[in-house]
Amino acid sequence: MLLLIHNCEGVSVTTEKKTIYMDNSATTPVRKEVVEEMLPYMTENFGNPSSIYEIGKISKHAIDKARKKVADALGSEENEIYFTSGGTESDNWAIKGIAFANRSKGKHIITSSIEHHAVLHTCAWLEGQGFEVTYLPVDKYGIVSPEEVKKAIRDDTILISIMLANNEIGTIQPVEEIGKIAKESRIYFHTDAVQAIGHVPIDVNKMNIDLLSLSGHKFEGPKGCGALYIQKGTKIDTFLHGGAQERKRRAGTENVPAIVGLGKAIELATAEIEESNKTLLELRGRLVKGLLKIPKAHLNGHPTKRLANNVNITFEYIEGESLLLLLNAKGIFASTGSACNSFSLEPSHVLTACGVPHEIVHGSLRLSLGRMNSEQDVDRVLEAVPEIVQKLRNMSPLTPKEYRTS
Amino acid sequence: MDYSLKVMDHFSNPRNMGSIENSDGVGEVGNAKCGDIMKIYLKVENNRIADVKFQTFGCGAAIASSSMATEMIKGKTLEEAWKLSNKAVAEALDGLPPIKMHCSMLAEEAIHEAINDYLKKRGLETWDE
Ligand SMILES: Cc1ncc(COP(=O)(O)O)c(C=O)c1O
Ligand code: FES
Repeated sequence: MLLLIHNCEGVSVTTEKKTIYMDNSATTPVRKEVVEEMLPYMTENFGNPSSIYEIGKISKHAIDKARKKVADALGSEENEIYFTSGGTESDNWAIKGIAFANRSKGKHIITSSIEHHAVLHTCAWLEGQGFEVTYLPVDKYGIVSPEEVKKAIRDDTILISIMLANNEIGTIQPVEEIGKIAKESRIYFHTDAVQAIGHVPIDVNKMNIDLLSLSGHKFEGPKGCGALYIQKGTKIDTFLHGGAQERKRRAGTENVPAIVGLGKAIELATAEIEESNKTLLELRGRLVKGLLKIPKAHLNGHPTKRLANNVNITFEYIEGESLLLLLNAKGIFASTGSACNSFSLEPSHVLTACGVPHEIVHGSLRLSLGRMNSEQDVDRVLEAVPEIVQKLRNMSPLTPKEYRTS
Repeated sequence: MDYSLKVMDHFSNPRNMGSIENSDGVGEVGNAKCGDIMKIYLKVENNRIADVKFQTFGCGAAIASSSMATEMIKGKTLEEAWKLSNKAVAEALDGLPPIKMHCSMLAEEAIHEAINDYLKKRGLETWDE
């Protein structure tokens, strides 16, 4: 495949090599099988699921089928699954919905300092509405201690929200233990499982989860479609008011093709967890081992309690955006936690919470593997990265003499 | 990031990258916005910038600005070099995305620091903004 690199002048540069996409935590391509299931719901089966005639019923049944697939993937009942517009809406709904519905019981929420912004900014907004939020610290691997959760519980705590797996460093949290603590204290427990689907087996009952957010585009489903699991009997406010869709709890004509796609994608992803993790672990191991051969390189996150597809490494003395640009020029697509690459010009709050100093956060590189990545891809990355890191180190005023080649 | 072709050119093939041993003036500044660092080395002869090198720890825009700014002051008098503004650097690069304008400030400031360092070493009075 030829690589086209665009800039604002619309000019493109081509290289001969196949592009390597290693940013699967940002988003994933939609699987062919998924697209095929979706297509008829855009053309011939376009009916509104609320309509009583034939093509309306077809749409309704398609949604029911997808709901069953999501429920099966989580070990829940079908009527505990609500389709949303994605991970962000699910997080917003879960947190705001619980907060306002349980305001008479208390105003305190516990979360962690490494949550996705969909959770953190929602909590910050709630603070402005009179709620109080405890942001738990994490250890250097990005793990939330269940003990700390227990200690943070107050008489007026109404919700604990801790993510299942982190999107930047892949750290998997002791969610089952935290869920148990929440249950014993009769506090609602929400988990953002957006990054975990297809990588970590989930059973909401065994893990004591009351609410769980997921998003289709992270597991080869379509963008703009997600779901929220809400355990039966949970006291939660409606988030989107309007029509009677989703058992009157989430209004708006359903995005039928996307819901169908999400259902198919979660079915495939869940069925393949074991097999896919085996392959990914091998690739991850090879990648980490190779990259850590570069001097002054450090692995971020936990060495083993992490998503099988996540590699996050910092290279001292260099900045991540320049690293990404040079990788892009070689047809390799990845991500960084550098301040220079964020619109807020703030360094990654996740790496900062893990105690990584600002100037080192700058040099972080996240490579998130996917089903289409091969050993050859890994080897090409291992060929490209050391060269680029060296080029940037030669350019940096921070690099000590012994790590320069010119 | 949508960078112009000029930015990408100066970023990929930076001019005047490196350091100067026995330089006549060195300026190092950090960026308050995102924490990046730029260092400029000057060689001065007859009040003119005979040679200039830079080292930058920063984004594509910061590296391209360093490269462009050093090109623009090479051979110039100290007074001329002092007047180089970050806007002029950005314009010479065919523009920078708004969020990246601050990166070109780094170059302007580092040049000022380096000139003042030279003046100080000569026992001369330093210049003000
Ligand atoms: C952990 C986590 N939560 C929430 C989201 C937001 O999901 P969406 O993009 O579907 O709104 C993401 C994706 O960026 C994520 O990684
Ligand atoms: S140097 Fe940090 S954004 Fe340019």
